[in-house]
Amino acid sequence: MTTAVDVVRDTPLTIGGRTFHSRLMVGTGKYRDNETMMRAVEASGAAIVTVAVRRVDLDRTKDAGLLHHLDPKRFFLLANTAGCYTAEDAIRYARLAREAGFNDFVKLEVIGDEETLLPDVQGLLEAAKVLVKEGCKVLAYTNEDLVTALRLEDAGCAAVMPLASPIGSGLGLLNPFSVRTIKRRLRVPVIVDAGVGTASDACVTMEQGVDGILMNTAIAGAQDPVAMAHAMRLAVDAGRAAFLAGRMPRREVAMPSSPLEGMLD
Amino acid sequence: MKDTIEVVVNGEPRAVAPDATLLQLVTELKLDPRAVVVEHNRQVVRRPALGEVRVAPGDAIELVHFVGGG
Repeated sequence: MTTAVDVVRDTPLTIGGRTFHSRLMVGTGKYRDNETMMRAVEASGAAIVTVAVRRVDLDRTKDAGLLHHLDPKRFFLLANTAGCYTAEDAIRYARLAREAGFNDFVKLEVIGDEETLLPDVQGLLEAAKVLVKEGCKVLAYTNEDLVTALRLEDAGCAAVMPLASPIGSGLGLLNPFSVRTIKRRLRVPVIVDAGVGTASDACVTMEQGVDGILMNTAIAGAQDPVAMAHAMRLAVDAGRAAFLAGRMPRREVAMPSSPLEGMLD
Repeated sequence: MKDTIEVVVNGEPRAVAPDATLLQLVTELKLDPRAVVVEHNRQVVRRPALGEVRVAPGDAIELVHFVGGG
């Protein structure tokens, strides 16, 4: 499929020295079954797919591992540290993920509050510094605060991931100004992570000029996840193309589109 | 000497042979050593070393893998 982005000659997304063919990244959690998850991942066109690190179920009551469904040769597996509330825990999970042997990228999350799942930026910075020193490519999930984003970049993060709104909320991009400011000030890629609810949210987010979006619940929680994954793919492409095209200026008054000359007497 | 020692695997006590290696423990649990990551007393054990590290009574072992997540 030829997308509008081909027409406007976009540069590819590069994170930590690796180039990816899609600006949409998707999570693999909360699907009703692995088959739906896989069809949604395919429909999204995503190159980067996130996974979580958890204990193996020794009683085998649950499904076999995710990798029976998700081919690590076809998708770039980005492990997260979801569920970690301290820097120490996040570092522990990141080290385990790295040993799985697929890559040295980690989506670093240090959560600070159970109700909002907002990040603990102090713990995040602490963990980022340790993991960067160990050679990890850290993609840091953070709030939409410029100063924290700058510090994460200084700490050596490969990408900074401000939220659109809280994880799983589907409230969309609540603070476009802050996200735009972060994008303008950072040199590393800015990937908006969490909070997108539907395709228009994804489109508006990409129109801010950010490098990509990561989403999970917006697709997994849709009535038809596969159809929504397709919609998100189009929305991310459309938003990116619109950003590159450069929108018309806003005006407070109308301006006719048809000529004023040649009107009948 | 007792036939088995007790270690804690993924939070549950489990009896294993004294001097069992982590590789033996993983295969005994019918897990593919290439599909799990092993943590031994909070230290990640690299795959090639699994056959060299032996367990001792009370050791905490975590066996993890990737699951669906955002």
